[in-house]
Amino acid sequence: MTLSAYLALALILFCIGLYGALTKRNTVIVLICIELMLNAVNINFVAFAKYGAHPGVHGHVFALFAIAIAAAEAAVGLAALIAFYRNRKTVQVDEANSLKH
Amino acid sequence: MMNLAWVVPLFPLCSFALLLLFGRKWKKASAYVGIVATLLSLLAALGVLAGRLGGTTYEANWTWMQIGDVTLTAGFSVTALNAWMLVVVAFVSWLVHIYSQGYMAGDERFSTFYAYLGLFTFAMLGLVLSPNLLQAYIFWELVGLGSFLLIGFYFYKEEAKAAAKKAFIMTRIGDVGFFIGMLLLFWQTKSFDYDDIFRAVGDGTLSPGMTTLTAILIFIGAIGKSGQFPLHTWLPDAMEGPTPVSALIHAATMVAAGVYLVAALFPLYEASEAAMMTVAVIGGVTAIFAATIGLVQTDIKRVLAYSTISQLGYMMLALGSGSYVAAIFHLTTHAFFKALLFLAAGSVIHAVHTQNIEEMGGLWRRLPWTAPLFLVGALSISGVPLFAGFFSKDEILAAAWLNGSVELFWLAVAAALLTSFYMFRLFFLVFTGEARHDGDAHEAPMSMVGPMVVLGVLSVASGYIQTPWFGSFLGEWLTDGAYHHEAAPGWIAVVATIVSLVGILLAWLMYGKRTVPRDWLSARAPHGYELLRRHYYVDDFYRWTVVALVSFISRLLAYVDRYLVEGIVRLVTGTVSAAASAGSRGQNGQAQTYGAVTVAGLAILVVIFALTGGYWL
Repeated sequence: MTLSAYLALALILFCIGLYGALTKRNTVIVLICIELMLNAVNINFVAFAKYGAHPGVHGHVFALFAIAIAAAEAAVGLAALIAFYRNRKTVQVDEANSLKH
Repeated sequence: MMNLAWVVPLFPLCSFALLLLFGRKWKKASAYVGIVATLLSLLAALGVLAGRLGGTTYEANWTWMQIGDVTLTAGFSVTALNAWMLVVVAFVSWLVHIYSQGYMAGDERFSTFYAYLGLFTFAMLGLVLSPNLLQAYIFWELVGLGSFLLIGFYFYKEEAKAAAKKAFIMTRIGDVGFFIGMLLLFWQTKSFDYDDIFRAVGDGTLSPGMTTLTAILIFIGAIGKSGQFPLHTWLPDAMEGPTPVSALIHAATMVAAGVYLVAALFPLYEASEAAMMTVAVIGGVTAIFAATIGLVQTDIKRVLAYSTISQLGYMMLALGSGSYVAAIFHLTTHAFFKALLFLAAGSVIHAVHTQNIEEMGGLWRRLPWTAPLFLVGALSISGVPLFAGFFSKDEILAAAWLNGSVELFWLAVAAALLTSFYMFRLFFLVFTGEARHDGDAHEAPMSMVGPMVVLGVLSVASGYIQTPWFGSFLGEWLTDGAYHHEAAPGWIAVVATIVSLVGILLAWLMYGKRTVPRDWLSARAPHGYELLRRHYYVDDFYRWTVVALVSFISRLLAYVDRYLVEGIVRLVTGTVSAAASAGSRGQNGQAQTYGAVTVAGLAILVVIFALTGGYWL
């Protein structure tokens, strides 16, 4: 197994996540896609920590941090989503456009 | 009392200011403010006159500003001419104020009317008191403004609006001449003061050529204000204003300003033969020119307007003939009888609600006050013996004869004939014969009749201040005793009398007794009649030449402005707003679009990085 295989996986995962985050109309899907992107990054961290030029523990630590913060972000994001749903009776992201012009 | 002469114009100014501030609240009481103010001003003017009668000329000047080694002064002076004019102006203005109370009753802008009257009276009194040309010019323009406001008082009527603009612009054309003449005088003499200018004329500082040039240029200003040919066309149109305004503007104030200016600068004119000749010829031509037009007009006020132009021509003729006294004498008598005629005409219009004399007739019984008073005015202006107009007109004819210009003399005699003819044509058509209008005609209220009675008395009495029989008080006074009444040939008075009586007789035969058919002239010379009816096509001539040219140029410039200048401006604003709307389309509030843009930007940066291989710096 080489580094590039991990990086290719992370790239594919990131692109799927980015595509979903930019195109999907349902906010829950968008949040899930953002998680995908974060996990792609985590794979990069761990891959470099194991097979990179300077292997060490830093990458693992960063990955753990990212997971913890992603959890917090998911909690805040879902809370905001619920608040939005209560106000507008919808979870469509394209209807959250009060800041237009 | 003379050192307080400056308060005379101040009263009407106060009335103007007060009415502007509180007129809306005071409504009908506004009239009393105006009447009291002008009465005070009249009393002060009488005081000044009394002071001048027992004293000598008074002049007070203050330094206004200092530019280099030139000092401009402001002040006032009380000469014989000034004191006399002050009384005439204040008196007629006061009567017009009283009359307007009845005539303008019920008008929505009653107090505004009185405010404008105050402003106008202030300007005219200020003009009369001015001791130097610069100050005179300022008040001269204020008179123009006052006339603009008053003529355009019914500004919701298109004709009134046009007439006000016309009056302003036509007189402005003359004012340019006045302005240039004034500046030339200042350039040559380093002073605007009348006295300094006369001194310069006397000791030869002012070359004869320059004297003639400046005198004629200033006379152009007088032509504009006094409605002389060829700048007279504003005056008949100015009849669109309320009738009391016509009485004020065309009797004692605005149109008299031109005559007054020439009289005030008389030593300048006397020094130049050519200038005197110009004044006399313009005056004489105007007198006959306007009188012929007056023959065929059918609007009561327009007949009077052309008669005003004609009478002002007489005054100019007198000035040009070297008889300053005759001009001021006629100015005074004319102020009274013309004010009377206008006020009486206003009373007629008030009664029958039309200005067309074809729709009047038979009003003698219906208007027991107005009709005889109008007759007095008509007799006076026609120069029937014992009336004021006879003495002053006789004086002018004598001046023209003694000056040696036979042609001008006979021109003036012919104008006198026409004057009495058209005045009595008016009288017979309006007051005699059968009534050609429907509805009741009632005599005007006392506030309108009162001033007319006073003016009626003066239309007779004011002639006796300067007669061959009782001495020439006015002449001696205006010239400080240096006046000597040159014995004019006695036949002049006889000719003048015959001419005026013949005019009346002709009018009676044609319009009173009707032995001569009315279309006698129009049937025999239809083209001549049409020429007169259309005022010699002067208005049309201006319309097709000056107005057409100016509006062509202005339209051209308007196109340049609209399509070139505005095009450039539009291009700039269009570019900016197109860029802005393109940018704002991006601001659609969709978080995902923003995200896509961010990613695209990042991608571009990464590509640039990859191609250039790292940092640039």
